[in-house]
Amino acid sequence: MATIAVVDYGMGNLRSVAKALEHVAPECSVVVTSDGRDIADADRIVFPGQGAMPDCMRELDARGLREPIIVASQEKPFLGLCIGLQMLFDHSEEGDIHGLGLLPGRVKRFPPERMRDESGNKLKVPHMGWNQVFQNRPHAMWQGIEDGSRFYFVHSFYVDVADPELVAGTTHYPFAFTSAVTRNNIFAVQFHPEKSQSAGLKLLSNFVRWDGSSDISKDKAFGTANV
Amino acid sequence: MGLSKRVIPCLDVTGGRVVKGINFVGLRDAGDPVEIARRYDQQGADELCFLDITASSDERGLIVHVIEDVAAQVFIPLTVGGGVRSIDDVRSLLNAGADKVSINTAAVLNPKLVEEAAARFGSQCIVVAVDARRVAGSSPMRWEVFTHGGRKSTGIDALEWGRRMQQAGAGEILLTSMDRDGTKEGFDLELTRAFSDALDVPIIASGGVGDVEDFVDGVAKGGADALLAASVFHYGELTVADVKKRLADSGIEVRT
Repeated sequence: MATIAVVDYGMGNLRSVAKALEHVAPECSVVVTSDGRDIADADRIVFPGQGAMPDCMRELDARGLREPIIVASQEKPFLGLCIGLQMLFDHSEEGDIHGLGLLPGRVKRFPPERMRDESGNKLKVPHMGWNQVFQNRPHAMWQGIEDGSRFYFVHSFYVDVADPELVAGTTHYPFAFTSAVTRNNIFAVQFHPEKSQSAGLKLLSNFVRWDGSSDISKDKAFGTANV
Repeated sequence: MGLSKRVIPCLDVTGGRVVKGINFVGLRDAGDPVEIARRYDQQGADELCFLDITASSDERGLIVHVIEDVAAQVFIPLTVGGGVRSIDDVRSLLNAGADKVSINTAAVLNPKLVEEAAARFGSQCIVVAVDARRVAGSSPMRWEVFTHGGRKSTGIDALEWGRRMQQAGAGEILLTSMDRDGTKEGFDLELTRAFSDALDVPIIASGGVGDVEDFVDGVAKGGADALLAASVFHYGELTVADVKKRLADSGIEVRT
């Protein structure tokens, strides 16, 4: 039985993530774990995150999970969620701290002076609710999800990627920001698929079946590309 | 192209059961929270709010089981409020699967609670519920915070309180007009507008919805980020889908 490890480093509730995975993959074993050996043994990794990034980094290190996460991120299908996306990057303005540095880019706060829509209405921070995700490229993770589908977001910081090649999805609030990134076997999203109803469940279902390849033409699980 | 306005049905729960008239056709069990949550999800609800109205203390724990059951089957955000008094209450609701916990009376009795909860669990999951009533004869219009389900006056200026709670780390304000609650005369749009203009966090308008136009006004005139209603949905007068269609027809972005 394939195993999916949901990494638990004490930052918030992972029940919804685990339940959503069990819902789309009843054939898999879903383990919520803070044990590096489980992460090493699992076939797939889900790396969530809630709250403030400095706390997340501190708790991750306190449990000795930095190394297991870095290793896993290089060798098997790896899904980052919310702060779990932000932590993959070099640096965050939140607490002015370093992330894991697995992907190039910096996490920034939504700048108050830019938070107006085209009619001049104030846009609130946190960016909370359902917004559209536009797919920048075909990818096995987008299979069967309509371009521009809405997903549920809750965050006050976003990632400014240093390499445009990483961008898999874009959202507007009010400017375009990167809401999904990918490289090799890593896919990470700023939104919460576990709370995004059918589109979110589809993404999780794609993850459970993804072979971790970035080249969709070679992805035998789906046959044809999603464009 | 952007963030959509949210429509949020609110369910009153006591003793593990949803109460008030539930008019869904063909429910096997009219008070079953999971069945009702699923119906609202199918209608396109963007989020669900559970209000624990349990009076007796020995039945309080049941809300946790309700949330566990719903969260295992309905994959949209869940907010839970009513009787949240301590950090432990917040933790147990989040662990049960709530995405956000709403704090009302306890925030007034102990403002530190909001600060502590936000620091511990993150602002994204802390909602402060403000029950506001107009101060008769005030000019410009002012509102006062009420607690204990709207029964107790506090003398606190509602707008000032909202600012203070934002500062303390509230990620969202659930704003209920006690003047309009249950009247079906529509949201208190002045109140909603005053909060929306003054605060940077999202505002959920609540209290007074009577028909579908009230939802449109809540956004267009009140500037609300989300719209909460209970009885119009429970009594089957409107579906979430009806509301969203009307919002979309008025040029307001919704998730369809």
